Amino acid sequence: MRIDAAQLDFKELNRIIKSAADQEILIENCLGQRYIAGGLAGKTVRIFGTPGNALGAYLDGGKIIVHGNAQDAAGDTMNDGEICVYGSAGDAAGYSMRGGRIFVRESIGYRAGIHMKESRDKAPVLVVGETTGHFLGEYQAGGKIIVLGLNCPADQSPVGPFCATGMHGGRIYIRSNTLLRHLPPQIIAAEAVEEDMAEIREELEEFSRLFNVKMEKILDRTFYVLKPDSKNPYKQLYVLH
Amino acid sequence: MVREFLYPEYEVFRNAGRCNSCRRCVTECANQVHYYDDKTGAMAERNEACVNCHRCVAYCPQKALKIIKSDHCFKANANWSRHTIEEVYRQADGGGVLLSSMGTPLDFPNYWDRLLLNASQVTNPSIDPLREPMETRVYLGPKTQEIRRDSRGRLADNRPKRLELSSPILFSAMSFGSLSLNAHTALAKAAQALGTLYNTGEGGLHRTLYPYGANTIVQVASGRFGVHKEYLAAGAAIEIKMGQGAKPGIGGHLPGYKNVGEVARTRMTPDGSDAISPAPHHDIYSIEDLRQLVYSLKEATDYQKPVIIKIAAVHNVGAIASGIARSGADIIAIDGFRGGTGAAPTRIRDNVGIPVELALAAVDRRLRQEGIRGNVSLIAGGSIHSSADVAKAIALGADAVYIGTAALLAMGCHLCRSCQLGRCNWGIATQVAELSRRLDPEEAAQRLVNLVTAWTHEIKELMGGMGINSIEALGGNRLMLRAVGLNEKELEILGVKHAGE
Repeated sequence: MRIDAAQLDFKELNRIIKSAADQEILIENCLGQRYIAGGLAGKTVRIFGTPGNALGAYLDGGKIIVHGNAQDAAGDTMNDGEICVYGSAGDAAGYSMRGGRIFVRESIGYRAGIHMKESRDKAPVLVVGETTGHFLGEYQAGGKIIVLGLNCPADQSPVGPFCATGMHGGRIYIRSNTLLRHLPPQIIAAEAVEEDMAEIREELEEFSRLFNVKMEKILDRTFYVLKPDSKNPYKQLYVLH
Repeated sequence: MVREFLYPEYEVFRNAGRCNSCRRCVTECANQVHYYDDKTGAMAERNEACVNCHRCVAYCPQKALKIIKSDHCFKANANWSRHTIEEVYRQADGGGVLLSSMGTPLDFPNYWDRLLLNASQVTNPSIDPLREPMETRVYLGPKTQEIRRDSRGRLADNRPKRLELSSPILFSAMSFGSLSLNAHTALAKAAQALGTLYNTGEGGLHRTLYPYGANTIVQVASGRFGVHKEYLAAGAAIEIKMGQGAKPGIGGHLPGYKNVGEVARTRMTPDGSDAISPAPHHDIYSIEDLRQLVYSLKEATDYQKPVIIKIAAVHNVGAIASGIARSGADIIAIDGFRGGTGAAPTRIRDNVGIPVELALAAVDRRLRQEGIRGNVSLIAGGSIHSSADVAKAIALGADAVYIGTAALLAMGCHLCRSCQLGRCNWGIATQVAELSRRLDPEEAAQRLVNLVTAWTHEIKELMGGMGINSIEALGGNRLMLRAVGLNEKELEILGVKHAGE
């Protein structure tokens, strides 16, 4: 199904997407309509133009492909499925996602992947091709965040300040020549070893395939892996009364 | 060292003539207060472990036990109380933030008790609720703004989706994790039997409780624990938790030792990991951002679920509520500073926020002044003690009230304020299987039904006395209230006249 979104407000556009019998949906002339594909499952939504905030919030399956940039809160509280952005995404992408995968070819804003968590049968993945803003992976409790720093000058960090603040689970992988400075005290950071690289091999290959970036290019810099030293960061905070 | 500094606050008094050393107290106490002393051949106790929860007292077959407050004292000092001194000892010993549970025990003014209800005499006669129909049903959500008719002149149903309650009393948010599954099940069963709603709190909805969805409010907090499409669709309404009366400006930390097994599964978090719900939603920095979360939830649930925004009663609550009423939310829940909690930093609980009576009156007035009172319904919570408080809250502008502590008491809580220990002897605030199975969900649900039924009957009697036969006619009806012993400013904020006026 093909939808010309130019004259549609978000309610109407989302109603059409939800009620469409067709599993394949193509949106053209997207002009910042919010909440596209919120809570959707089992459909493939391909978007040309610029979807608005909260794209694929509570996404429960299926696929969203954006030929352009996504705005804030893409994949908020996402449970399953995949969001693939052929451009950049705004702030708070993947907020509290606990399943599914988000691939962003270029950069991503502040507070990406915060509150990401995993449970028994689900583990979320966020892969960013270039750089990220402040507070990447804040409060992260599970899942994988991978930042590739492609096109990032070799002497600069692809990740903004305050990365992994309050992180108490999961892993953050950063492709960079140097380790981030000023990491929080509870973070254990080290150069990725073979086992670490095996953990993200599949995601890297998928990124390579999706955005047509050669694996040799992706692997031509060191990866660092960040993990928390405890899943109980607040244990020492309290005195029982 | 702190052990030596702190003398037990409570002492177990054992009537030696009645005690037959049956050791029931030993099995009942998870704090291991009681033991049999082989040397003396008699029961003995570790008073320092006693939290004064009355479990042993209630279950002693010989009625040989009671708990008494220790008369041990520090040198008399009007400035430094025993309590304050001991807090300093604890912090000097542990170096941490003091952690407490349930609502503040401190002696702050209780405005409900300074308000009195009206009754009819001679004119506008009172109504006998046993003989005449009394309506306590309320609908929560926006009032219809305009009446529309179809082409044939019939009324078109353009009513927004609202919640229907048989009585203006809901069970407030208490998470699975802070409460046992049996306690959650009891709340769900009672809500269903009563035609009202209970609230999941931020811990998600256990899969066995999905059948109670029509009587469930599902909560979305900053950590988004257990939030997914099916969860949102399961409830009758969605509550966004922005704040909590017991700990305004503070988030929630469910410690890893409680976040295990079914609790972690329901929260969709790793087993044994601290479940951290920060104070702010990091995607909400403005009313516009809040609106975005409201609409993303509405879009994901096809506009079938009213959205409640819960805030703590704080300074400027009127202006905050005014913003929320423009955010697309359908209901605002205001939680007063005396509200309960499974765990909160003591200093926050005892020093932050304002009484719900003042907050409610201020919000209701502000929304009416701005002509937007009809956009939203108001739920007031944070220490509603009785049916009289419910009636007074409604007269001060609430559409309904949340009860939390009173609901826990109905289930058997003895308000020992030790929820943070996770060893609730009454099976309510614990995840220890041997303890939580002490709470029979059927029996607890029946006690909740009894409580709300009794309160509803009392509300009808109070309404009847005022000559009012529909709870909606009491809504915001401050003429039915008079105050005793309040100053001019308090009267002004409450919008209530002094008794005698």
